[in-house]
Amino acid sequence: MQRKTFNRFLMTSAMALGLGHLALAQTVTEVPFFYPVAVGGPITKVVDGLAEEFNKAHPGIQIKPVYAGTYQETIVKALTGHKSGQPPVAAVLLSTDLFTLIDEDAIQPLDGYVKTAADKAWLSSFYPGFLLNSRTGGKTWGAPFQRSTIVMYYNKDLLKAAGIAKAPETWAELAEAAKKLTKKDSAGKTVQYGMQIPSTGYGYWMLQALATQNGAVLANDAGNAVKLDDPKVIEALEYWVKLAKDGVHPQGVVEWGTTPKDFLEQKTAIMWTTTGNLTNVRKNASFDFGVAMLPAQQRRGSPTGGGNFYIFKKATPAQQQAAFQFIQWMTQPERAARWSIDTGYVATSAQAYDTPALKAYAKDFPPALVARDQLAHGVAEFSTHENQRVTKALNDAVQAALTGGKTPAQALKDAQAEAERILRSYR
Amino acid sequence: MPPARGKRTTMNQKPITAWLLLLPALLLLLAFTHLPAVATFIDSFYSTPRGSRPAVWVGLENYAVMFEDPVFWRALRNNLWYAGATIPLSIGLALLMAIWVNERMTGRAFLRLAFFTPTVLPMIAVANIWLFFYTPQYGLLEQISGALGLPSHNWLGTPSTALGAVTLVAVWKEAGFFMIFYLAALQGLNPSLREAAAIEGASRWAYFRRVQWPLLMPTTLFVLVNAVINAFRTVDHIIVLTRGGPDNATLLLLYHLYEVGFKFWDTAYASALTVLLLLVLGGVALLQFFVLDRRVHYR
Repeated sequence: MQRKTFNRFLMTSAMALGLGHLALAQTVTEVPFFYPVAVGGPITKVVDGLAEEFNKAHPGIQIKPVYAGTYQETIVKALTGHKSGQPPVAAVLLSTDLFTLIDEDAIQPLDGYVKTAADKAWLSSFYPGFLLNSRTGGKTWGAPFQRSTIVMYYNKDLLKAAGIAKAPETWAELAEAAKKLTKKDSAGKTVQYGMQIPSTGYGYWMLQALATQNGAVLANDAGNAVKLDDPKVIEALEYWVKLAKDGVHPQGVVEWGTTPKDFLEQKTAIMWTTTGNLTNVRKNASFDFGVAMLPAQQRRGSPTGGGNFYIFKKATPAQQQAAFQFIQWMTQPERAARWSIDTGYVATSAQAYDTPALKAYAKDFPPALVARDQLAHGVAEFSTHENQRVTKALNDAVQAALTGGKTPAQALKDAQAEAERILRSYR
Repeated sequence: MPPARGKRTTMNQKPITAWLLLLPALLLLLAFTHLPAVATFIDSFYSTPRGSRPAVWVGLENYAVMFEDPVFWRALRNNLWYAGATIPLSIGLALLMAIWVNERMTGRAFLRLAFFTPTVLPMIAVANIWLFFYTPQYGLLEQISGALGLPSHNWLGTPSTALGAVTLVAVWKEAGFFMIFYLAALQGLNPSLREAAAIEGASRWAYFRRVQWPLLMPTTLFVLVNAVINAFRTVDHIIVLTRGGPDNATLLLLYHLYEVGFKFWDTAYASALTVLLLLVLGGVALLQFFVLDRRVHYR
């Protein structure tokens, strides 16, 4: 390159950068916002559309939505940014990553922004079940956004054929129904399982549902102590393992991703999975299906799941305030209702279910309300300090028991020992 | 260069020109390979900084943790098994395919394309295809085994078969890539060698063992180095197929490292694991270049 041209090029770019920067600083507050996509459908379009709508209504603020991959990839990007001094201002991350984010000193509690009576009404409008994973140490750190819970999908046609009138409501009824719903061919090979609970990736979530139904609480509110080898938890895992041993549930580890497909292919009559699959199942089921709350043993119960809004610490106060405004705007009843219809996630406040849009949708499609009704029995999703590491210990235990490597009691005892080792330093 | 300038100036400018030409590559290598490696080595002697707690010098503690971590040993064992299976299998298969499609026959182009297709596909796509193959009850494997009257099997969900299943995917993916190198080498062989062998009355096997195989040695070395690196480097399919499960049965070193570094955020321990992985790979590469290289005949 000619030296003159090069110099001129350098100068112009420097000037452009400098001027651009000045111009922006004077007029609008930029808020980079990271979000993940964890269910099917054109989610990025919906989020980008919402952000644009917000920007139009708020000329002083420029929300910049960035699709950052899965939940796991999004937290990697956000925390890497935090460590290098350039985190997003707002992000949607797993509600269970709360302690990880606090330990990294990455996020800011929301309490400081909740000033007026309207703000307080906004914060208390969320279902209490969803706020459980947002609060610790007397502070609220996240606003519920794309939240889910586990529900039971059942194939009405197959149930009817097996002479079962309604969805099973207790463990005993479920085991009984699963037995009736299991079909074998002449060679003794199972062609249709009664039920299945996936055990890859989210095995701990499913076990927590069973343990909750059996009356156990896995972790304390401070997230620094767990009781994984509680006899009630062992019983819960034994129930699961026995279903597989009895041949009414597939052997070995059941893949999370193919579980909805197994259900749609009528290879299993009942499945447990997230409400987030509702729209997918509705679109693709060639048979009549129903959605029910998970069955009860001592009680009903299902952990919540999904993501919350967080505000990051390393941002200017103006940016943080703008992010808070955006979060409040995004969680208004009309928008929460629209989000729920578009995705299948549970709307996060009672007001959202009172909106005409969601009322009309639920009237047309009643299963959309099951997850909300189950929230009355909801518990906080398993979350501790070093959450992913403790969760892995629990996931390994579930898989070891299901594949026959260890007895449920031994597997959970090992997981407890590992969790204890990790959490000791947080007490 | 103006011709008026003296010879000495040209001589003096030569190394500078050389360095300038090397500079872009050198800078990139330094910035993205060497500096991070050195930084990782240093980090492995410090604790993981968390929030307001900065990193402190802990000496060899991260390495001690590593040696006591049963999951690490499991990952190492799995990885050695995986490498031991994928390397010879993928190279053997590549050689076989290359020799086959090197023949003059109808449909040769189609065969070459078919063998090479897995290489063109991204690993994530490949893994998703295989996820369907392995799906219990209605997956492709199940349909075949069902038609033959064999019992149903959960390939990825059973610890005894999961590692074998992911190994097979890697072999299938890599063989086509290595085949290209062998095919190129085979095409470069002098056809008079084959004629000479034919005149001597050498069998197909003798020709391969005495002529083709020795002449392919440089390619084999190159492919071997790549295969070894890939055996420790490719984990994309693990993420799609099993995520290391069931109960760590398919956990490979790099996936374990990723989990420790970016899921558990224990960056110090992850650094120690990285250093070990670098040492192992570096050691193997040196061994290959200095020991095996001597046995390779270059023309």
